[in-house]
Amino acid sequence: MIPAPFDYKRASSAAEAISLVSEYGEDAKFLAGGHSLLPLMKLRLAQPAVLIDIARIEDLSYIRDAGNHIAIGALTRHMDVEKSPILAEHVPLLSFAASHVGDPQVRHRGTIGGSIAHADSASDLPATTLALGATYVVQGPNGTREIAAADFYKGFLESALAPDEMLTEIRVPKMNGATWGFQKFNRRAQDWAIVGVAAWKRGTESGVGLVNMGSVPVLATSVAKAIAGGASIGDAAKLAGAEAEPQSDLNASAQYRVHLAEVLVRRALESTSK
Amino acid sequence: MAGSILGNRVLRKEDPKFLTTGGVYVDDLLTEPALVGALHVTYVRSSVAHGIITSIDTSDAKSMPGIVAVLTGKDLGLEPVPSAYNPAATRTLLATDKVRFVGEPIVAIVSNTREQGEDAIDAVIIDYDVLPALIDLEEAMASTTLLYDACGSNVVFDSMVLGLPDNTGDAYFADCEVVVKGRYLNQRVAPCPLEVRGAAAAWGKDGRLTEWLSTQHAQGAVAPLAAANGVEESMVHVKTPDVGGGFGAKIGAYPEELLLGVIAKRVGKAVRWRETRSESMVGLGHGRAQLQYVTIGGKRDGTVTHYQLWAIQDSGGWVDMGTILAPFMTRPMSSGVYAIPNIECRTTSVVTNTTPTVAYRGAGRPEATAAIERAMDMFALEIGMDAVEVRRKNLIPKFLTPHTTVVGQTYDVGDYETSLDKALVAADYKGWRAKQKAARDSGATKQIGIGVSVYVEITGGVGNGESAKVEVLDNGHALIYTGTSPHGQGHATSWAMLANEQTGIPIENIELVWGDTDLVPIGTGTMGSRSLQQGGNAVFAVAAELVNKAKSVAARLLEASEEDIVLDKDSASFHVAGTPAVAKTWAELAVAEKQAGGLVHSDVINVSGATFPFGAHVAIVEVDVETGKVTHIAHTACDDAGKVLNPMLLEGQIHGGVAQGVAQALLEEVSYDSDGNPITSNLADYAFISAAELPSVTVVHMETPTPVNLIGAKGIGESGTIGSTPSVQSAVIDAVSQFGVKHIDMPTTAEKVWAAIQSAR
Ligand SMILES: Cc1cc2nc3c(=O)[nH]c(=O)nc-3n(C[C@H](O)[C@H](O)[C@H](O)COP(=O)(O)OP(=O)(O)OC[C@H]3O[C@@H](n4cnc5c(N)ncnc54)[C@H](O)[C@@H]3O)c2cc1C
Repeated sequence: MIPAPFDYKRASSAAEAISLVSEYGEDAKFLAGGHSLLPLMKLRLAQPAVLIDIARIEDLSYIRDAGNHIAIGALTRHMDVEKSPILAEHVPLLSFAASHVGDPQVRHRGTIGGSIAHADSASDLPATTLALGATYVVQGPNGTREIAAADFYKGFLESALAPDEMLTEIRVPKMNGATWGFQKFNRRAQDWAIVGVAAWKRGTESGVGLVNMGSVPVLATSVAKAIAGGASIGDAAKLAGAEAEPQSDLNASAQYRVHLAEVLVRRALESTSK
Repeated sequence: MAGSILGNRVLRKEDPKFLTTGGVYVDDLLTEPALVGALHVTYVRSSVAHGIITSIDTSDAKSMPGIVAVLTGKDLGLEPVPSAYNPAATRTLLATDKVRFVGEPIVAIVSNTREQGEDAIDAVIIDYDVLPALIDLEEAMASTTLLYDACGSNVVFDSMVLGLPDNTGDAYFADCEVVVKGRYLNQRVAPCPLEVRGAAAAWGKDGRLTEWLSTQHAQGAVAPLAAANGVEESMVHVKTPDVGGGFGAKIGAYPEELLLGVIAKRVGKAVRWRETRSESMVGLGHGRAQLQYVTIGGKRDGTVTHYQLWAIQDSGGWVDMGTILAPFMTRPMSSGVYAIPNIECRTTSVVTNTTPTVAYRGAGRPEATAAIERAMDMFALEIGMDAVEVRRKNLIPKFLTPHTTVVGQTYDVGDYETSLDKALVAADYKGWRAKQKAARDSGATKQIGIGVSVYVEITGGVGNGESAKVEVLDNGHALIYTGTSPHGQGHATSWAMLANEQTGIPIENIELVWGDTDLVPIGTGTMGSRSLQQGGNAVFAVAAELVNKAKSVAARLLEASEEDIVLDKDSASFHVAGTPAVAKTWAELAVAEKQAGGLVHSDVINVSGATFPFGAHVAIVEVDVETGKVTHIAHTACDDAGKVLNPMLLEGQIHGGVAQGVAQALLEEVSYDSDGNPITSNLADYAFISAAELPSVTVVHMETPTPVNLIGAKGIGESGTIGSTPSVQSAVIDAVSQFGVKHIDMPTTAEKVWAAIQSAR
C-alpha cells in the first residue's frame, strides 16, 4: 500500500508532456486522475520511475459540439461528462455510463482519457465509447493521429497507444434520437461491473458494448447484425456472448457472465435507462 | 429535580472531537516525547501458505537506504510459545522453521522511514520447501499432513476432550416423524475495522516498557507483553490511544505487537508499527469460519423434538481464540430460543493454512443462531408449515426466573414470543406475504422473500465484574476510570450519564480515563457486549458509594449527622435536609478532603452472571430471478437488551450490527485459491458492505430488564449481527423456494442464487 519511489514532473501542455515522456522513455507514465494508476502503484504492480502529471493541462478538459460528433478533451473528469448538458442532449448514454463510475470522489478525480488509455475491459467508458463508434485522437512526437475505438484495444490493459503518445480527445458521434440502455451488474453500488452493457438502437441500426467480458472491451457485433437482419431483441440478445471470451474469477464464472450478458443486453436494448 | 438522565437520547460527548479534529490513533502520536524519532518496523510475511523455511537471506536488505536492522526470529533468539488453548501447538512469534499461512510474519525490518522499510521487503529472500496447503476444513481434518506435528492431528480441540459425548448419528432420530438434514457453511469473514492494527514501543530510563496499542483490552496485553519481553508484568505499561474499531479482532495482542519491545531493545530506540490494509486483511484475525452438519427431527404438527449439530470450527494457521468459540459459545447456545427436549452438539476445531480465527462480533453465537434458524426453516419447508408458526410452536415460553436448556445453559430472562410478535407487526409480515403471493402469481422477474429469525445470545460472558474509580477534582469536575475499553461504543457518554445520575455532576464536567494500565490496572476490556452491564454497572455502584463518602464529608463540614445530609442533584451540592440555602458543592468537598487523600472511590463490582439478550428480525429481500441478484429492501429488528441507558447509542449498535450481519448473509467472504493464496486481501476484492446495499433499519423497542446487575442492562453490541444474518439468508431462500430451492450457503451472491434456481428447476 506504499508505492515504490518515483520522480514527479508536471506538464502544462500536451507538447510538454510528450517531450517529457520522450525524454524519460519507457520508465515514465502519464498521471491523469490517478485513480487507476495509483492503486496499481500502491500494490507495487506498477513501478514507474517518473510520473508526468498531465491533470492540470486545462485546455484538454472540454466538451464541445463539433457538428456530427461531440469532442471531449481527454482530461475531462467523469463528473463533467456525467453532468454535461451537451452530452445529455446528444450522447445521453455516455453521461449515464459516466454516472456509474465508482463513487462521487472517483468521478471528481478520474478522467475519460485516463479511463480509455488504461484500456481496462472492466471499466465502463471504454466499452461505452466502443459501442458508440467513437474515435480517439492521440498526439505523439510526430503529430496527431486518429484511432477508431474498434481498433484501439489490443489486450489486457494494452492499447494502440505508443508509450510516447498521449490521448488528447475522444470524438463521439451524436446519437440522433436512438434509444439506449446502460446496464451495470455489480456486487456493491461502487464496484466495477461483473458484467456491463452499453447499447443503443435506432431502427435496425445498433451498437452494443460489453464491459468485463474478456481481456478487452467487447463490441457485440453478432447482436447488431441480428438486429440489422430483423431479429427480435430477445433473439438477438442471445448472441451477446458470441464475441466475448470472459474469464472466471472471484466474482463470477465465465458461464454465468455469458448468461448475464444475454439478460443485460436484452434489457439494455428493450428500454432506455433512467 | 429534573427527571433521570438515564434512558435519554444524550448526544455523544465524543463526537465534537471525532467530527472536527479527529481521533488520535497510534499513528497520530507524533508529539509523544518517548516516540519522537522512533524507528519504523515493517514485517516481511510468508508468501506461501504452508512450507518449511530453508533459508532467509537478509544481506541485500540490510544495505538498502535507511535500513537500521533486519531481524529474523533466530537473530532475536525467539523461543517457541505454546497456544493458550492447546499447549501442544507452539510457534515462535516470527516464523523460524515452518510457515502456516500467507501473511505470517518472518522477518522484522527496522528503518528510519516507513517507506524505506516497505522498499526493503522485496530484498529479503526467503526460500521454502512448499508443503501441501490445507485450505478445506474437512480435508485438513482428514489429512496426514500436519500443521503442528506435536498435536498429532489437525484437530486441535474437540468438545469430547471436555468430557462431552459424541453425537450419536442417525439413530438419535429413530422416533421422529420428520427428519431434515443440512450442511451449512458459516463462512469466514474479515472484521475490517477502519483503523488497522498499530502499536509503538519505548523503553524508559527506569527499565519499563511502554507500549501504545490499538486494542480492546490493554490490561490483557500486559502479561503477554511481559512474557515476550522477558520482564515482570510490573515493568510493562500499556496505553490505548483512540481505537478505530476492533469488532473482537483486537482483543488479543498479536506477534507483530508483542515483538516491538524486543526490537526496540535490540536497536536501542523506540519503534512504531502500522500495518497496511493489505496486511491487515491477512494478519488481523478472521471470524466465523464454521462448517455445520445439522439434523433436525420432530412431528408433522411442527413440534421439534430432536436436534443434532456438529460444528467444525476453522482455527486457521494458529490455535487462537477462534478455536474455542465453537465449544464455549456455539455449543451452549445451540438450543436457541426453543424448548427442544433432545439436543446433541459436538464441536471440532481444526487448523488450516489460513489466517487464524479470533472473536468477531457475535463470536460463536451467530453461528449457533444461524444453524438452528436455518434448521427451523428447513423443517418448516419439509412439513409445509409457515416458518413463523413452527418457531412459535417451539419457543420457550416467557420466563422471568432463570431457565436452563437441555444443553445445560441457563438463561436469565426471556420473552421470545413477544419479540417475535412485535417484529412481525412492525414489519407488516402479513402484508409482505400478500405482496409475495402477488409477485409469485404474476411470475414477475423480481420475486419477494421474507425471512424471520428469533435469537437469544450470551453477553457479559467474559469477566464477572469490572473495576471503576470515580474521583472528584478541586473544581468539582469528575474523572471516571474504567476497565472497559471504548473504541466506538460511546462509553465517555454513557459512563458520564451513570455518574451524573448518582452525583448530579453535569456530564460535560465528567471525563473518562481508560486503557492505561498504570491508571487503570484492573480491567477486562470491551468485548462480548459486556461493557455496560459490567463496566457501566461498576461506575454506577462506585459513584453511589462516592456520594455516601461525600455525605460524610459534608456532615463534618455542616456539623450535622450523615443521615441528614441530602444531595441535590440539580445543583450538584449537599445540604442538611430542610436547609438547602447552606450547601456544600462537590468542589468544596473535594478541597476539604484533599489532605485525606481526596474525594475518590474505587472498587471492583461483581455481577451475578452473564445475560441473554434476545429478539426477532424480519428481513425482506427482492430477488431478480433472471440474474439471481438480491436487493435487501426492508429490515425490522426487535432487540431486547434489557434496560436502555441511551436509545441513540442502542440504535447505533443495532444499525452497525445489522450492517455487519447482512454483509455476511449477502456479500462478504474471505477466499483463498487452492494453494492458499488469499484472493480477497483488499477492500476492492473483499465485498465489505456499504450503506448503498442496506435498507433503513426499523428498530422496535422492547425492554425486559435482567436481575443480574444493578441497572438491568444486557448487551446490545452484537445482537444485530446475530439476529440479522439468518433472517436475510432465509429471506433470499424464501424468495426462490417456489422453484424448489431449499438452501443456499452464505454469502448468497447473485451467481449462487442463480445457480440454485437453475439446478432446482
Ligand atoms: C475506488 C475506485 C472505484 C472505481 N470504480 C470504477 C468503475 O466503477 N468503473 C470504471 O470504469 N472505473 C472505475 N474506477 C477507475 C476510474 O474510472 C479511473 O479514474 C479511470 O479508470 C482512470 O482515469 P484516471 O484519469 O484516474 O487515470 P490514471 O490513473 O491517472 O491513469 C491510468 C493510465 O492511463 C494513462 N493515461 C492517463 N491519461 C492518459 C492520456 N491522456 N494519454 C495517455 N495515457 C494516459 C496513465 O499513464 C495510466 O497508465 C474506479 C477507481 C477507483 C479508485
